[in-house]
Amino acid sequence: MKRKTVISIGVITLLLSGLLYAADHIDAPAVTGANSSSTGADITDVYAFQSPADHSKMVFVMNVQGLMSPAATGMASFPSNTLYEFNIDNTGDNVEDLVIQAIVQDGKVRVYGPVAPSMPGTTSTIMTNGVATEAKVTSYGATAPEIGGTGPIKVFAGPRDDPFFFDLVRFKEILSGEQTSFRNPGVDTFAGTNVMSIVVEVPKAILGNASSINVWGETKVKQ
Amino acid sequence: MLSKHSFYTLSFLCVLAILLSSCKKGHSPKDDFDTSGTYVQKDQMARPAVSTVFVPSGRKDEFNMTVPTAMSGLFKNDFVNKLTAFGYTTNALGQSKDQFASLLVNDVLNVKMDGTTTFFDGTNVLTGRKPDDDVIDAELLLIFGGPTGSSNPGLTKDNVNMNDKPFLSTFPYLASPW
Repeated sequence: MKRKTVISIGVITLLLSGLLYAADHIDAPAVTGANSSSTGADITDVYAFQSPADHSKMVFVMNVQGLMSPAATGMASFPSNTLYEFNIDNTGDNVEDLVIQAIVQDGKVRVYGPVAPSMPGTTSTIMTNGVATEAKVTSYGATAPEIGGTGPIKVFAGPRDDPFFFDLVRFKEILSGEQTSFRNPGVDTFAGTNVMSIVVEVPKAILGNASSINVWGETKVKQ
Repeated sequence: MLSKHSFYTLSFLCVLAILLSSCKKGHSPKDDFDTSGTYVQKDQMARPAVSTVFVPSGRKDEFNMTVPTAMSGLFKNDFVNKLTAFGYTTNALGQSKDQFASLLVNDVLNVKMDGTTTFFDGTNVLTGRKPDDDVIDAELLLIFGGPTGSSNPGLTKDNVNMNDKPFLSTFPYLASPW
């Protein structure tokens, strides 16, 4: 084949894959808003709660890639260039004193921490001095979730049913003036959809001595 | 011609140089995770639906890159304006528009370290967020419910009261995917 033809085919393939990639990441549903997202760095929800199984433990959840159909879930993965980071303020100043950092590479999730960050704010490096806990990423269709951690810290990464529930469609109609109230019964916009979840459970004892903490979730992308 | 001694020394040094140069930055010999590099914030979240409803569409990327301590200075006006648009006067916590805007704009989840952790269960307010909390009803009530919670009855419940699957009582607590 002539070199010019080979190059043309190569360029067209790149263009097509770029288009396919973009199409893959455009939300199909008409709704956007609180929980619409399609990239590995878009957070849909963050949870922080006392473990119902053990009140001495605290559970942190971060969900990304919302509104996934079962088919889309089968193809979903955590990008390896994304850091999933829980920020914990235990001094009441809304500046993080501890972070819990999760990175996913080659089908495994590794969680560092809770550990003090080297510098608070919008830039992070991986705190490899923190305790490391690993798990295999749970694959779609697995009969049981992969749970990592031989000590008191437990880690999970993989697809889950989206725990969020809300008649978002109706809410948007209210905001636009098409409707004046919610319907009864409401229709859960998120029923039947999945997210990718990071779940970490840690002893409360390693979160500091404050009676209350402030928590937020961040995704950060490697430069 | 190199002496045998010099030859072996040189060979050893060459092999050492090759080994050292092939070690990747950020890897230790037994570690298959690449922990090198700097990560920059792309998204953040704490309380459900707050930034989506209150941050103007043109400023969402800016909000996602703002640290919590800077949120009030940059976005409180937007939150006050949105509450005004909703017709907000006060809520069941007795908060003025300014007070409620201040609470919401500092977008962090308050979590109690000892005791019930819930967004709202009728008694406990903003002590955490667990999967089965009806956070939407809680927020609708605080935004539209007025001083007693009984104002705007068509707007204070979305009538979706539970998740589509039951949660697990053990780790990882979230239900298996569809």
